[in-house]
Amino acid sequence: MKKICPYTQKVMKHFKNPQNMGEIKNPDGVGKVGNILCGDVMWLYIKVGKNKKREEYLKDVKFKTYGCIAAIATSSIITNLAKGKTLKEVIKIDKEKIIKSLGGLPPLKIHCSVLAVDALSEAIYDYLKRKKRKIPQNLEKKHQRIEKEKKIIEEKYKDWVEMEDSN
Amino acid sequence: MRKEIKNKKTIFLDFAATTPVDQRVLRAMLPYFSKKFGNSMSLHSLGQEAKTALEESRKIMANFIGAKSNEIIFTSSATESNNFALKGIAFANKDRGKHIIISSIEHPCVMESAKWLKNQGFKITKLRVDKYGLINSNDVKKEIKKDTILVSIIHASNEIGTIQPIVEIGKIVKNQELKFKSKIYFHTDCAQTFGKIPIDVSNLKVDLLTASSHKIYGPKGAGILYIKEGTQIEPILHGGGQEMGLRSSTVNIPAIVGFAKAVQISQKEMKQESERLKKLRDRLIEGILKKVPNSFLNGHPQKRLPNNINLSFDFVEGESIVIQLDLLGIAASTGSACSSAKLEPSYVLLAIGLSPQGAHGSLRLSLGRWTTRKDIDYVLRVLPKVIRNLRKISPF
Repeated sequence: MKKICPYTQKVMKHFKNPQNMGEIKNPDGVGKVGNILCGDVMWLYIKVGKNKKREEYLKDVKFKTYGCIAAIATSSIITNLAKGKTLKEVIKIDKEKIIKSLGGLPPLKIHCSVLAVDALSEAIYDYLKRKKRKIPQNLEKKHQRIEKEKKIIEEKYKDWVEMEDSN
Repeated sequence: MRKEIKNKKTIFLDFAATTPVDQRVLRAMLPYFSKKFGNSMSLHSLGQEAKTALEESRKIMANFIGAKSNEIIFTSSATESNNFALKGIAFANKDRGKHIIISSIEHPCVMESAKWLKNQGFKITKLRVDKYGLINSNDVKKEIKKDTILVSIIHASNEIGTIQPIVEIGKIVKNQELKFKSKIYFHTDCAQTFGKIPIDVSNLKVDLLTASSHKIYGPKGAGILYIKEGTQIEPILHGGGQEMGLRSSTVNIPAIVGFAKAVQISQKEMKQESERLKKLRDRLIEGILKKVPNSFLNGHPQKRLPNNINLSFDFVEGESIVIQLDLLGIAASTGSACSSAKLEPSYVLLAIGLSPQGAHGSLRLSLGRWTTRKDIDYVLRVLPKVIRNLRKISPF
């Protein structure tokens, strides 16, 4: 039977064969976003190096994701898009870029692309924080929004979290 | 694994969602599309031919569940039957009381009908279930009040397959009815049990019962609502007065003829078929639980539909499992939020005490008439690999 599914071929390619899947030992930054209670969790690891122009760039990017096809495919593509780019370029990657690169996402799954962007920016935030560097305003803002959303979800699933803790 | 996919036809393990039409059913239906196309309300021969087919079909339905012919109303679906049962009873009996009891694991069409009735001023009590999805019949007794007019309980869960103690609940409803000296109607949604396990309305002590055609190898577009004689019910569809004035609409003769044929086949094959499916079901459950660490069964191990399997896998998400299986030629389903339009995990799985995480990692496999042992063994071979691969991607 012909395989018909709600996702584009590009999405399926990344789902079936995720790029840069795994962990980085001693990473320079880690971004952990999402919540298992909601069904999506992304952990994104980065290793930062310096190029010939002495600019910082992402020498390596890896991910681990719990979630649906869209969550896995967006994780895979964002690592592809970010790897080898300078930090300045990486910060500019947005959800539109991801959706376009995947040839589109079903409307209900747009939030997965947001999650991937969040994971990447949190990893960079973590890197700058570790280096005790000044955090650009837009990154700080984003971080605060992500933290706030985390709290809302924790509140929503409070009973479950407590139950899991007491087990 | 790749070699196996190549020459593989789809292994359909989603029979709880719908079933293909049995060839015998299709043959029975075909004349009623273009040749015997009459309207059962017409006086001429073509019309009367259709009417005869309709009444023959009604007799077959009635006979199958131990009812009288005039107690069977044909509808378009189980969803319509359930809407009719809840809303029809509610509006016909609202002067006696406005309290309705359902369970927390009903099908969405009962849940949403109840929600709608709540907005119309009715009081709804949702009974809790235990970790297997079973209702405690003492809860039914406790919750029935003076103003209770209807108790509606799903016979077997479409998701986790747990079969409710309907006979026991029916007895309690009757007892409470005597105590309060006020009629309490008892309805059960048998969409998943009809044609799969024996159903007799006098044994179940129900006043209303819902069944569907497309779950038992009949066509989509036909259902029944059994309405016990003397039941006070308000019709929802008004018009030409078909179906004893209870359900106006030109009658869908081809679908109903098909439904009746499907019932006749089930009647003959049910006993043997359910034994066969139980064996396959248990083989698959045991095999997966043994082969996949951190996996568990949802629903009751024994009191469950012969064809239902519902498992949860820690650390992986259901939509990913379903699509991976689809790529390997297996059609299954999940209660994960990611596959639903609401992005919320299955309320049935949450009601049996699963964490949202457990619900996200759920997989339903439902077997049917054409499921073979070879199919089951193929699933046993590939499913552990699918879970292992997805766990490699997962951070947990």
